[in-house]
Amino acid sequence: MSVVVLSARNVSRDYPVAGEPVHAVRGLSLDVHEGDWVAIVGPSGCGKSTLLNLLGAIDRPTSGTITVRGQDVARMGDAEATRFRLTGIGFVFQRFYLMPTLTAAENVELPMAEAKVPRKEREARARELLAYVGLGERTDHRPFQLSGGEQQRVAIARALANRPALILADEPTGELDARTGTEMIALFDRLNRDGTTIVTVTHDEELARSARRVVHMRDGAIVDDVTVRALRVDATSPAALA
Amino acid sequence: MILRLALHTLTRRRTRTALTVAGVAVASAMLLNMVMLGSGMRESFRGFLEQQEFSLRLSPRGTMPFDTEATVGGAAALIARLGADPAITAVSPVLGGRLVAVRQEAPAAFALGIDPAVQTDYRLESGRDIAAPDEMVANTLYLTALGAQVGDTVRVAAGYDPQMRRYAGERTLRVVGTARFVMLSGGELAAALPLATMQEMGGDARRDRVSVVLVRVADGIDVTTVAERIEANEPRLSALSTADAMRFMDERLGYFRQLAAILASVSLAVGFLLVTTLVTVSVNERLGEIAVMRAIGVARGRIVAQVMIEGVALSVVGATLGLGLGLISAQWLNGILATFPGLPAAFDFFLFEPSMAFRSLGLLIVCGIFAGVWPAWRAAALPIARTLREEAVA
Repeated sequence: MSVVVLSARNVSRDYPVAGEPVHAVRGLSLDVHEGDWVAIVGPSGCGKSTLLNLLGAIDRPTSGTITVRGQDVARMGDAEATRFRLTGIGFVFQRFYLMPTLTAAENVELPMAEAKVPRKEREARARELLAYVGLGERTDHRPFQLSGGEQQRVAIARALANRPALILADEPTGELDARTGTEMIALFDRLNRDGTTIVTVTHDEELARSARRVVHMRDGAIVDDVTVRALRVDATSPAALA
Repeated sequence: MILRLALHTLTRRRTRTALTVAGVAVASAMLLNMVMLGSGMRESFRGFLEQQEFSLRLSPRGTMPFDTEATVGGAAALIARLGADPAITAVSPVLGGRLVAVRQEAPAAFALGIDPAVQTDYRLESGRDIAAPDEMVANTLYLTALGAQVGDTVRVAAGYDPQMRRYAGERTLRVVGTARFVMLSGGELAAALPLATMQEMGGDARRDRVSVVLVRVADGIDVTTVAERIEANEPRLSALSTADAMRFMDERLGYFRQLAAILASVSLAVGFLLVTTLVTVSVNERLGEIAVMRAIGVARGRIVAQVMIEGVALSVVGATLGLGLGLISAQWLNGILATFPGLPAAFDFFLFEPSMAFRSLGLLIVCGIFAGVWPAWRAAALPIARTLREEAVA
């Protein structure tokens, strides 16, 4: 039995909208094991991104507990949560969100600089990571000199910078064309095969099919949680992605 | 890394940053000018008084030196009495008047009857000083107007009655030197001649009379005590010490300095608002970026530092440029104001005092720091999840 990296128990998140509470996530429980690749899918507004934000400690649950490698994320203060996000989690966003004034290498170095990694060490690791994502020749390019796919690769390298326990990706292929999206999926697959634990929120069926496990959400709750391998075996499952 | 990010952010929109820096530089130059102006006239006036090396100015009771044409009689006896006072080391009598060129088109000049041994009203530029009763020194403007030069003799008078077409107190004087009159305004024609000659040319109305007597008090003697004693012994006189003159100047310049202080505050406020506006706009444009930085683990303090650095960088660059701009504009304005009638040409309206200038520019930089506080706080307090959601929707 592999180690549980992330564990969410009875997690709820309510937002007050016009004085009325909106239940974005309702009593959700989820375990993610080391080396897992979980794709969270579901219709827009079902609470996928909210769940991802909660798991990554950039939002707090209204109730419930979230632990990542034994750390209670939900009860962390701001400084502790910031530190946790810096070293424990790697974020990949739909819109890449690279710092436009920094080069690709500097973007990758940013979280390491914040974690006070010595300059030489972080420069070497940034080069290594950019080479890993296939951008070894473009380390000095600024984001506007890179294509969308290349920017997303830099964002992935940035997410890996501080060797996090978990990568959280929010619609990582959402802004990419089909071909680039496929390349990105291949990169995630390689990352996962290399041992990185990934949780990704997506509408991309190809991305979801590539994940090891697919979690279906509707109205803030998990309605199905299957491994893709099982799904492929059992084509009649209601969780079939097609 | 944060420093680099902050500085790169400023160079992202170069035109906007350059315009803001230019605005801060102008505000900073204005601030510097106002600070220089606020103290310049006062310190310049003090310099003039101290340059004269006389600590007391005696003028007819109730008047300021050369404010009126009033004179004091019995000058010789007065000078003798003052000279006998052990607290007084030097006495310099001065009689002011006009000098008219006889049968020439030259305009009248301001003339000073002085004792060349102790006078401090002019500095010799060429030739020699007055040594005989029929000698004079003049500024080059007057000599040009007379068509004369050093060594020439000129026929001058103390006045001219146009109805009678008659000159009063005609005299032939030899020009022995050219001089710069320190207390006269630019463009003013001036000459100096021996006090006795000036008194004689003035006839009965000016015989044995003086306009002002400058008195040097011995070191270690309280000037105020000497002034009070002179006023008690010589009831026809007012004794004005350098400190009194400065107080009088302060009173006269009070409104002027208040105006300078108000304009300086306005400059400071303009600089502050410019920096706040630019940094706030810059933060508003980068909400997504800032939220992402927070999401990937950049601490609030770093975000605050980045935004504050932007404000400080704008202020420092603007203030530094403003220092140069302020000095250049002060020099230019000084040139214009130097021709102001009734004020000494060498009078500095804008006096550069490094400590005060750097203090005011330091104040501007502190303003720059405070200008970054609100946008920095706003950036640091961003709700990460909501901002990312709003950015995604946008």
